[in-house]
Amino acid sequence: MGAQRKGGTRATEDPEELARHPLQAIILADSFTTKFRPITLERPKVLLPLVNVPMINYTLAWLESAGVEEVFVFCCAHSRQVIDYLENSEWFSQPNFTVTTIESHNSISAGDALRLIYERNVIHGDFVLVSGDTVSNMSLTRAIQEHKERRKKDSNAVMTMVIKQSKPSPITHQSRLGTDELFMAIDPQTKQLLYYEEKADHLKGFISLENMLLADNPSICLHNDKQDCYIDICSPEVLSLFTDNFDYQHLRRHFVKGLLVDDIMGYKIFTYEIHSSYAARIDNYRSYDTISKDIIQRWTYPFVPDVTFFGNCATKVERQGMYRASEIEQSRSAQIGPFTVVGKGTRIGNNSKISNSVIGKNCTIGSNVSIVGSYIWDGVTIEDGCELRHAIICDGVIIKSGAVLQPGVVLSFKVVIGQQFVVPAYSKVSLLQQPTMQDSDEELEYADSNSGTLDSSIAGAMGKLNGDMTAELSGTQHWPASELGPGGAGYIWSISEGGHEDEWRHSVAPIPAEKLAEVMQGIEDDMELLNLDGTGLTPSGELKPDDNSNDSEDDDDSREDSFEKEVEATFLRAVHENINVGDIVLEMNSLRLSYNMTSADCGGAIFYAMMKLALEIPHTAAGELYKNVSSTVSTWQKLLKFYAKEIDDQIEVILKFEEMCLESAKEFSTSFSQILHLLYDKDILEEDAVLRWADEKKDAEESDKVFVKQSEKFIQWLKEASEEDD
Amino acid sequence: MDFQVVVLAGGTSKKLVPLVSKEVPKPLLPVANRPVLSYVLEQLELCNLKDLIVVVEGQDAALLVGAWISSAYVDRLHVEVAAVPEDVGTAGALRAIAHHLTAKDILVVTGDLVSDVPPGAVAAAHRRHDAVVTTMLCSAPVGGPAESGSSAGKDKIKKPRRYNIIGLDPTKQFLLHIATGAEVEKDIRIQKSILRAVGQMEIRSDLMDAHVYAFKRSILQEILEEKDKFQSLKQDVLPYLVRSQLRSELSLNGVSQAEENGNEKVSSQNNHVVVSQILANASTPSFHELYALGHNGSAPVRRIHKCCAYIASNTRYCARLNSIQAYSDINRDVIGEANHLSGYSFSAHNNIIHPSSQLGSKTTVGPHCMLGEGSQMGDKCSVKRSVIGRHCRIGSNVKVVNSVIMNHVTIGDGCSIQGSVVCSNVQLQERVGLKDCQVGAGFVVTAGCEYKGESLARKEK
Repeated sequence: MGAQRKGGTRATEDPEELARHPLQAIILADSFTTKFRPITLERPKVLLPLVNVPMINYTLAWLESAGVEEVFVFCCAHSRQVIDYLENSEWFSQPNFTVTTIESHNSISAGDALRLIYERNVIHGDFVLVSGDTVSNMSLTRAIQEHKERRKKDSNAVMTMVIKQSKPSPITHQSRLGTDELFMAIDPQTKQLLYYEEKADHLKGFISLENMLLADNPSICLHNDKQDCYIDICSPEVLSLFTDNFDYQHLRRHFVKGLLVDDIMGYKIFTYEIHSSYAARIDNYRSYDTISKDIIQRWTYPFVPDVTFFGNCATKVERQGMYRASEIEQSRSAQIGPFTVVGKGTRIGNNSKISNSVIGKNCTIGSNVSIVGSYIWDGVTIEDGCELRHAIICDGVIIKSGAVLQPGVVLSFKVVIGQQFVVPAYSKVSLLQQPTMQDSDEELEYADSNSGTLDSSIAGAMGKLNGDMTAELSGTQHWPASELGPGGAGYIWSISEGGHEDEWRHSVAPIPAEKLAEVMQGIEDDMELLNLDGTGLTPSGELKPDDNSNDSEDDDDSREDSFEKEVEATFLRAVHENINVGDIVLEMNSLRLSYNMTSADCGGAIFYAMMKLALEIPHTAAGELYKNVSSTVSTWQKLLKFYAKEIDDQIEVILKFEEMCLESAKEFSTSFSQILHLLYDKDILEEDAVLRWADEKKDAEESDKVFVKQSEKFIQWLKEASEEDD
Repeated sequence: MDFQVVVLAGGTSKKLVPLVSKEVPKPLLPVANRPVLSYVLEQLELCNLKDLIVVVEGQDAALLVGAWISSAYVDRLHVEVAAVPEDVGTAGALRAIAHHLTAKDILVVTGDLVSDVPPGAVAAAHRRHDAVVTTMLCSAPVGGPAESGSSAGKDKIKKPRRYNIIGLDPTKQFLLHIATGAEVEKDIRIQKSILRAVGQMEIRSDLMDAHVYAFKRSILQEILEEKDKFQSLKQDVLPYLVRSQLRSELSLNGVSQAEENGNEKVSSQNNHVVVSQILANASTPSFHELYALGHNGSAPVRRIHKCCAYIASNTRYCARLNSIQAYSDINRDVIGEANHLSGYSFSAHNNIIHPSSQLGSKTTVGPHCMLGEGSQMGDKCSVKRSVIGRHCRIGSNVKVVNSVIMNHVTIGDGCSIQGSVVCSNVQLQERVGLKDCQVGAGFVVTAGCEYKGESLARKEK
């Protein structure tokens, strides 16, 4: 069918291939994150209005203009809403542009989505992979052509990522869109992507590039000044790669990293940099704000409010970037400032001031209202004297007179803010209660398998609740009055810990100056770390493997821990299965070798395991505990002796015991000297070991000497005994 | 130009035994029949940098070098020869002569550099950016330089060896990262902070630090004094400066310098500050300046210093004589593809045969060869791509290929010399065969011996 349809939009030398496959695109209409909560609990992200047009329209309109012929929209969260919207829109009736929806209820990540699409077997050639929140006006022709040419030469070039120069200042590089700091390494000649670090580990002041990279490329460009547009041109292999690697979830974190690390298959990713055209993805509230402004300032032309594309209505652009739809009732004394969009049927009262904001359809704004940098969606009522600063107000919200929204507030659907109420900065308010599950941590969002389904289940519950709500609202209101002021309705979501610091980074509100200063300070701290490094220079001028050694220390600790656990497990198994001592020694030895531990470590670990065993046998008093210990020790004394042959090993055992008494098993602390004596009686500890231990502790701090003091008598006795021997 | 030049000439480098000896220290090693040091001195003279301190390791070597310089460059250059103890390293050598340094900027050049890159260009780049240090980078020689010349043919490394890993800003003017020595083979670790400041960094492995540095004198002295563990400029001082460039610990703002220099210089100092500001304003501010300004764009809040790089164009020749292999290569290049360096005029056959030399009948001297003053060759000899020094006596039926023969060498009939270096006063008796060998000064090779890949030298008494 493509033969005739292959329009003049693309000019590739390989008409045959093109004839076979119309250009396809996949839109992921679910970002698989929770960054837009609570709004996304009730409406899918792709349908959220961006300058009064649902986001997905920007993506679809761009794809259509860029010559894509077949689009698959993958819907997951609130899939019904997305499908209904598309069915009612004109997208299904476009010539030369087919839109097909693929619905899934159990996908929890982009990886799952692509695996499902692979199973459907609908993609036949190179395709464009974007998410449904992409705003762009770039031409795909060149990028696809480059991709195809590369593919002809090297079938391993499976993907081309679109990147863009970000703003020049070091601070705004990454903060502009509220995304994480991105470091990339690109081969300047071939544009091959060699390194991708998205979730920058702020503690690490270094990027570590593999030495081998330079072996193949005499020069590499490291970038911190590019942004990833999340527009990928993929070969069909990408889908099968996702299927082969069923643990790939995230497009960047897993797929891209996986391909870059894996050098067996040799798959390559390339980049395509756009210079004059626009491309960005709405990832969080901050990028929502930034991209809205870009649209108003016409960077995304032709996708701007006064050009009719799908889903917007006629708006006229006036001076200073003011867009006003027809049928606006505006009081003469109201002032509408620059870069503001006002939607159809909105009424604005006396002396209200609005600047840098977007106001949707059919809103009612009272008198003396001040709105700065806010996004007000459809059907919102703002009563007199309210003050809004950098807020997002969803459909149907009512803000009663005199209420103040501090910067960064998000009000979800139909929330009511009471009179004179001050909503604190960065708060998120919704009629729905915050889900109690701990999935707000981004790292875990893929781990919890029901986050995708949860949205829909909540939405279901929500429909019911909504019905109740409206009934209730009209009748009696039993909202906790304190939460949102008198007559308020909704819950203020608590900001999950950990996310708190980052709240400003992703919020609609501009980043406060002190935060910027803090970021800069953070950079300086990095430098400080680094200079510490610098002073630790070896004469040869090499960097001391300072942080390496730190790392390995941490490593050591964790290894030691796991070693102890292994030893304990082995020992317990031995106890329960009655394995004889010789066999355990064999097992312990193999453990010891595999963890590269000394026999002293081993002795300590075994002793630890034994004492824990003794502790676990039920006991009531210290005396009973002592009996348990003595029975355990006498059963397993051979084993312990095997690993505590040397004086040093024995000291290690004592130290371990001391540590236990102080930390993990305080129960022993009272009978420390008794047990010490017992170990001596059983010939596990020699007197030399005990004396040397006491000796070592002589100069220790008082707190460290508790146990030495406790066993003073015993030590004294040992000393005398040895003197007598002499 | 207010530049003082320090030439680090070295001494009797252990790497070059048996070519160097007490009588011939490294600076006097002949390259195309001229001491290697002369190549550097002449480049400096061309750039009008005539105020030099030549630092030589070891008292005896210093005397020899001093004697040569005063005979060759009297009236042309103002040279001071300073002796420093052996094995103090390049930083140690500078430390030892630190009190001699008075000019505002110091150009440090290694004495074993054979290059046609003007050192003046490095100095100019240094001044232009008001940098703390400027280093010269040249393209790394392609091909595998083996540790000793003997195994050149055998184990050729497939990929070109890496000398440095260098990070540059997009304008290729600033040095952002440098890895030398053993670090080169490790994974590359780049500071994120500098990458954030500059946005984009190019990492190159095909460049080599040519060991020509311009330093600010006050900074150099400060570092040498404070970091007394620093031994090498290349491995300690330069990486330190590069690493700390965005968080400078150095006291380098104009005010303190003016104070330090005394009041009588304040006016000139101010003048200079003005000039440098004009220069700086002429171009867009570098990332250093932007970074120093901080986020509010007001007064500088950070102390920075600039590390610059001067990248020699890859059509220029640049090599360091720091191994035996390099010695053979440089000799071949200087009479071959880089013959403009030698300063001689080549004949139509692309070779140089001194008029006073005598050739027997049917003896051929091929292109890219050099035959020194007063040398004699017997009949039916053949010389290809080789340098033969002064007053050599070469018998008949001798083959010399790809070799360097220094002065006063006697070669008997029927010898064959390939890929070897034969030092002064060596005697090769009849039918000696040498392949990939080095023969130390004064050695006598008995008749009929065949050597391959060996290093022959007299026993030190």
